[in-house]
Amino acid sequence: MANDRVPTPPPLHDLPTAKEKRYDRQLRLWGASGQVALEEAHILLVNTGSGVTGIEALKNLVLPGVGQFSILDSAIVCEEDLGVNFFLEDESLGKFRAEETPLESFLQKDDNLKPFTLLLVGAPIDYASLRKIRDLALASQTPLFYTHCIGFFSHFSVQLPRAFPVVDTHPDPTATQDLRLLKPWSELQDFAKRMTDDLETMAQHDLGHVPYVCLLLHYIDKYRTQHGKLPESYKDKTAVRDMVRAEGKDEENFEEAYAAVLKSLNPPTIPSAVRDVLSAPETQSLTSVSSSFWLIANAIQRFVTKYSVLPLPGAVPDMKARSNDYITLQQIYKSKARADCAEVTASVRSLEKSTNRSAKLEIPVNEIENFCKNAAHIHLVRGRPLQLITPGEKPSFGDRAKALRSELTNPESLMGLYLAFLAFDDFTATHTPPVPAHPSSPTGVLVPGASDSALEADAAKLTSTAHTYLDALINESGNRLEDPEYSDLRAEIEKYCTEIARAGGAELHNMASLTGGLVSQEIIKVITGQYVGVDNVCLVEGVASRMGTLKV
Amino acid sequence: MAAVMAPNAPVMNGHGSGRAKWKHLDTLLSRPGAYTDPEAFVPGEVPIASLDNARILVIGAGGLGCEILKNLALSGFKNIDVIDMDTIDVSNLNRQFLFRAKDVGNAKATVAAEFVMKRVPGCQITPYVGKIQDKDEDYYMQFNVVICGLDSIEARRWINATLVGMVDMDNPDSLKPLIDGGTEGFKGQSRVILPTMTSCIECQLDMHAPRAAVPLCTLATIPRQPQHCIEWAHIIKWEEERKDIVLDTDDPAHITWLYEKALGRAKEFNIEGVTYSMTQGVVKNIIPAIASTNAIIAASCCNEAFKLVTSAAPCIGMPGTNNYMQYTGDAGVYTFTFEAERKEDCPVCGNLPKDLSIDPEQTLEALVESLAERPESQLKKPNVSTGQKSLYYSSPASLEEQTRPNLKRKLKELLDDGEEMAVTDPAFAIAFRYKVRFR
Repeated sequence: MANDRVPTPPPLHDLPTAKEKRYDRQLRLWGASGQVALEEAHILLVNTGSGVTGIEALKNLVLPGVGQFSILDSAIVCEEDLGVNFFLEDESLGKFRAEETPLESFLQKDDNLKPFTLLLVGAPIDYASLRKIRDLALASQTPLFYTHCIGFFSHFSVQLPRAFPVVDTHPDPTATQDLRLLKPWSELQDFAKRMTDDLETMAQHDLGHVPYVCLLLHYIDKYRTQHGKLPESYKDKTAVRDMVRAEGKDEENFEEAYAAVLKSLNPPTIPSAVRDVLSAPETQSLTSVSSSFWLIANAIQRFVTKYSVLPLPGAVPDMKARSNDYITLQQIYKSKARADCAEVTASVRSLEKSTNRSAKLEIPVNEIENFCKNAAHIHLVRGRPLQLITPGEKPSFGDRAKALRSELTNPESLMGLYLAFLAFDDFTATHTPPVPAHPSSPTGVLVPGASDSALEADAAKLTSTAHTYLDALINESGNRLEDPEYSDLRAEIEKYCTEIARAGGAELHNMASLTGGLVSQEIIKVITGQYVGVDNVCLVEGVASRMGTLKV
Repeated sequence: MAAVMAPNAPVMNGHGSGRAKWKHLDTLLSRPGAYTDPEAFVPGEVPIASLDNARILVIGAGGLGCEILKNLALSGFKNIDVIDMDTIDVSNLNRQFLFRAKDVGNAKATVAAEFVMKRVPGCQITPYVGKIQDKDEDYYMQFNVVICGLDSIEARRWINATLVGMVDMDNPDSLKPLIDGGTEGFKGQSRVILPTMTSCIECQLDMHAPRAAVPLCTLATIPRQPQHCIEWAHIIKWEEERKDIVLDTDDPAHITWLYEKALGRAKEFNIEGVTYSMTQGVVKNIIPAIASTNAIIAASCCNEAFKLVTSAAPCIGMPGTNNYMQYTGDAGVYTFTFEAERKEDCPVCGNLPKDLSIDPEQTLEALVESLAERPESQLKKPNVSTGQKSLYYSSPASLEEQTRPNLKRKLKELLDDGEEMAVTDPAFAIAFRYKVRFR
């Protein structure tokens, strides 16, 4: 067959364009739709401190092609910027780091934040401005990132809209297999019967080419005949596995079947995260302007009510088989997936009508297909407001107090470092420099450890504030923390605070670059609406080389 | 100590000439920290002198390398060398930020060094355009730390074996810490290796197992996936029809030829999904790469180098502590930092031969082929011998001819259970020792 004359292929239409060549290595991750989203984005960076973290993040966003940037930074380039910021040079000295716009006047007009897809703010920043930006972003539902990078430690928080759905979560391919072996439809069953009809008498070579999916369906059937039920428990499944092994005859396809038993013989389930989306108020009460996500979710909910399963994704893993048998099997799965999707599409169309959706907002077929394919892995983030301390007061952790309290006994958790950064914000909000310390803090922010003489006192203040926050969290959770854990935690927090004061607000380029890398990665996820992002706090501990996330 | 450094004695806190721009760095270096070892860290001139005097070698000037060079320069390092044999391609521009469209076709090491030196005056970066294998031990002996930002396992294994081989117990300077970074899409790792003292790259080889190859018979007779059609065009059809032309995977005409062949075959078998981009991806074994992951991993490597040289905070990688950070960024942000352990039977840094489980009924040919794919060996052109005899040599030709008949023989005829076997490969300077275990 290999020597048959190959027909001349049609002229080529899909040679890569210049842009596809340049972005090849990332298009393989987020595809053309992700790239379009990046190109249409406009990001605002607000810097009042040395700001290297923000600049490094922008570098990683300029490179993959984010469309537009604005930088709000009224500082003048001074010599110390040159030792830490790669994008300034000797000739920049004495010039404005960005366009000269005082932050206070910029924030007076609410509309000024409107053009931006996303906001990125670096600490230290004066408290009133940060609060104003946070509130404006909340009101307009614009994603906001807030970062700290001090010495060997850093942090960022993400404030996302109240509903932030992700369809393209890019789960691990091995986690996405849904073969419906315990709930086969008739076309699949018929095909498997045909392939395994004379399994006992088949020639060895033919036997070695029966697709493992058909083998498993055959043995499940045999099991059911013998036991009068489907193999659902672990013990049942190992019994099926033993049947496969007993007739295995060292063939690769039998090996594949054997390996697949435990993970493939599961009744199709609907993950609880997906149930949450299907029962969300936005899914239940559609309007004429509901986003397409909620409308499709409602249609999927109808499908689930009718069949108790999600639409079939339709992908079949590669397996030992003859070409035409495999292609036939693939077609059987694809046709079923197409039929399921057609039913969902019909629901979507009728919902569009019943909600009086305008024709302009008609949902494209490929969006519905994509949703059906990823239905088991959709992800919904309920964005929460950025936690801001009120200067001089104890913070409140609200409905997260219990969960965050349990972080305190997890040795891997960086909760203590988070409290230290909150204490840092309290320090800057409650101290003003006697005279503006240097041109890079024109808004009059004083950081702990700014001078050698105040170093010890600042470290002690920071520690004391962080310890107060620790107690506030424990009290709010209503769940005491006993010694030695409590004392150990206080000692750990003291170390974090001492190290933060040591830096005196200094950014280490490596840590700023690392944090800028993390922040840009998360910004890309938010803008493309792909992959699962940090929800909603990330911490970096650069001494032990660890990172961790929290939800506050 | 300060007197020793008289010519360029740095003045603290930015009041004097020359160090004003290092205020951020000097603040950290002039104060003791909560984690610093008072014995190892003397705040002030000492760590600054360490930065001034350290010589760092950076291997690779690509996605990681560009970031590493920038980070080292802005961490206060003054003497850096960089090795890379590659030239700049247009597909590098989405992440290798020291390169512009006008630089395409020029040497990466040279362009990167010039860019960073222009931005950070006072930092000397010496590029070498070529292979790491061009250099000898005397060359590597000059450096205090080696940082790798490579995409090739083979090059990593070569430098690892070289640095392990250089260690002379009587000369502490012969121990060159190796810091290695690697990325793939949203994932990556950074690790610190103290050759002969802690787990080396070869000890950790099975953590980076190669992807299983598709059997040749699938490609030849029963393709099922678009990738099978592309591999058929690549491995079988090119040999058949264009044997005299060396395949250049960077030549669009060559990729187009493979694409058309693959497309034809896919049509014949009703297989969907062959595209030009997929053809390129399969043939060149393209790994997705983005700026953000490179920034994270490069910075992690340089942070460890900075801590190692200045002692401003403890670095990872000391014996008995964590030495490996695994990073995953596609679902949230997750790191796993742990201690990879030394292996007594590591072919590079261990003393014992490694166990190799084999089927005595198998032929030597099957064993030779499997050595390329086994996670614990990954040797593409192995030469196999025992204490007494040469079993198979792929070169020189005369020895190949002489040993070729052995390929068809069963292993039980050539080896005894428990016998020691040595495998060499032209890509590595050392012999890998295995103890044969019959299955």
